[in-house]
Amino acid sequence: MLDADIQLRLSRLNLDIAFTVEAGEVVALLGPNGSGKSTTLRALVGLLPLAGGRIVLDGTVLDDPAQHVKIPPEKRPIGLMFQDYLLFPHLSTLENVAFGLRAKGTDKKAARDKASQTLARLGLEGLAEAKPGSMSGGQQQRVAMARALVTDPRLLLLDEPLAALDVSTKTDVRRLLREVLRQSNAANVLVTHDLLDAVALGDRMIVIQDGEVVQTGTPAEVTARPRSSYVADLVGVNLLRGTAHGTILDIDGGGKLTCAEPATGPVLAVIAPAAVSVSRQRPEGSGENTWPGQISAVDLMGDRVRVRTEGTPAITAEVPPAAVDQLKLDDGGELWACVSPAAITVYPP
Amino acid sequence: MDQQKQPFNPLLAVLAALAALFFVFPLIGLITGAPWGHVTDIITSKSALDALKLSIIASLSSTVIALLFGFPLAWLLARGNFRGKGLLRGLTTLPMVLPPVVGGIALLLAYGRRGIIGEPLDKATGISLPFTLAGVIVAESFVAMPFFVLTVESGLRSMNRRLEDAARSLGAGRLMVFRRVTLPLIWPSLAAGTVLTWARALGEFGATITFAGNLPGKTQTMPLAVYISQSSGKMEEAIALSLVLVVVSLVVMIFRRRIAGSD
Repeated sequence: MLDADIQLRLSRLNLDIAFTVEAGEVVALLGPNGSGKSTTLRALVGLLPLAGGRIVLDGTVLDDPAQHVKIPPEKRPIGLMFQDYLLFPHLSTLENVAFGLRAKGTDKKAARDKASQTLARLGLEGLAEAKPGSMSGGQQQRVAMARALVTDPRLLLLDEPLAALDVSTKTDVRRLLREVLRQSNAANVLVTHDLLDAVALGDRMIVIQDGEVVQTGTPAEVTARPRSSYVADLVGVNLLRGTAHGTILDIDGGGKLTCAEPATGPVLAVIAPAAVSVSRQRPEGSGENTWPGQISAVDLMGDRVRVRTEGTPAITAEVPPAAVDQLKLDDGGELWACVSPAAITVYPP
Repeated sequence: MDQQKQPFNPLLAVLAALAALFFVFPLIGLITGAPWGHVTDIITSKSALDALKLSIIASLSSTVIALLFGFPLAWLLARGNFRGKGLLRGLTTLPMVLPPVVGGIALLLAYGRRGIIGEPLDKATGISLPFTLAGVIVAESFVAMPFFVLTVESGLRSMNRRLEDAARSLGAGRLMVFRRVTLPLIWPSLAAGTVLTWARALGEFGATITFAGNLPGKTQTMPLAVYISQSSGKMEEAIALSLVLVVVSLVVMIFRRRIAGSD
């Protein structure tokens, strides 16, 4: 089990995050570029000194600046897979994978045997003698995975493991990675900025932004009730902040909405874009949750079209492509939005 | 890597051919001018063998010195973070652009019998460098080591240092990181630097004759022997000795391409 409290200062970032990872659990660290994800991994591995906090793995203190404890990287039972793999270009696949075992004192024969087994497990049997430079991105990715796994680390760190792959190989490698992580009894930390990776591979998600944890929970919890506009944007929903007075919501920045479930005090509200209907004229007969706004953006998302209106509040609606023509959305101008009270999910911030 | 085929350009071809011939003719001159009848007699004479032996011992010693002291210096220049690094780099590479004879004068003033280091050294230990084999090695090191430092420094700079992080995260201690990752990655520049340094030391003339003198059997290296032969009218001897140096240099060049594997 990993118990980490990481505090450090870099020129562009103040990192201060605390989290735990159980053995066998996969925690996805999700955040935008520059939020401190990779820095967190570098600190866990021991490549960056902590300014404060503590890192404890399976009861062993790895870092505790207050007590002047700092176990060097090479003495930590950690496997790290780098985003750009960092395979040794001068060594064969087998030698790359056996490297960690040799470093930890395993004799040559045993190291090569175990490396071969790990390569086979990841479907790389035929590539033992190949050099990294001659392999495809997907193959390199799997060699990097094998190299990080082969020493049976107690903490397995994966830095954007799928980011460098093209879409077609990504799905296969993601499936393989899920298989590997399911069998792992290490504490696993996966860094990603891809929501799909986090949802597909993570048992739990930790969202970090500007060096701080902004939300934790299972992927289902986080995506259903995002607490930051960053996550809401990734999930693709409207996130509004406001104050509830019964079923009336006072939106921060202006506007009032009626919701189905009563609440009180500061709240967050989520509205799926597909639940927002739009029209050029004020809709007849409906008084509730109907408001106008100027069109600010029209984007094609797969086979749906998203249209953003800057009313009070601003909101994004999802419409079928035919609506672009029918409603002449490309012309801009005023558009009425309408949301059913039952389509608004309200929860405490 | 796919190489784009260069369209034929006559002007380019003519100029390149002239450049190539410029290098080829002197070689042809040496070969055709050689007194083939008694080349073996000349190069197996005692004075020639002495000069060759001295040249090889001194140039290899300077190369070893460059490896021993130049490597740490290159490491410091590539990875150190200290004030005056640019100045230090400038000073250590100055001998590359300095006329060697000026280097010889400077060496005399530093390590000569009356030099700022040489005088106290002589008084304390009785060791005096000028006119000794050690003096030849000092002169050759002074001129040749910068080639090693500069080549290795650029090798260290251009390697991906994060590979060392990867090795450490896999459990490798500093020594293993150096041996299994750093060293193999900078191997081409290390090999190139070593050969350049050795070649420069082998050909050293100006600093050597100024600092260590020209004592046959003691400080007279091959280039000095060639010069002396030529200036005392023994042209045939000069050509024969030159041919020996050409052959040694060619062998080393081929060897370098083998080990460095570079084109």
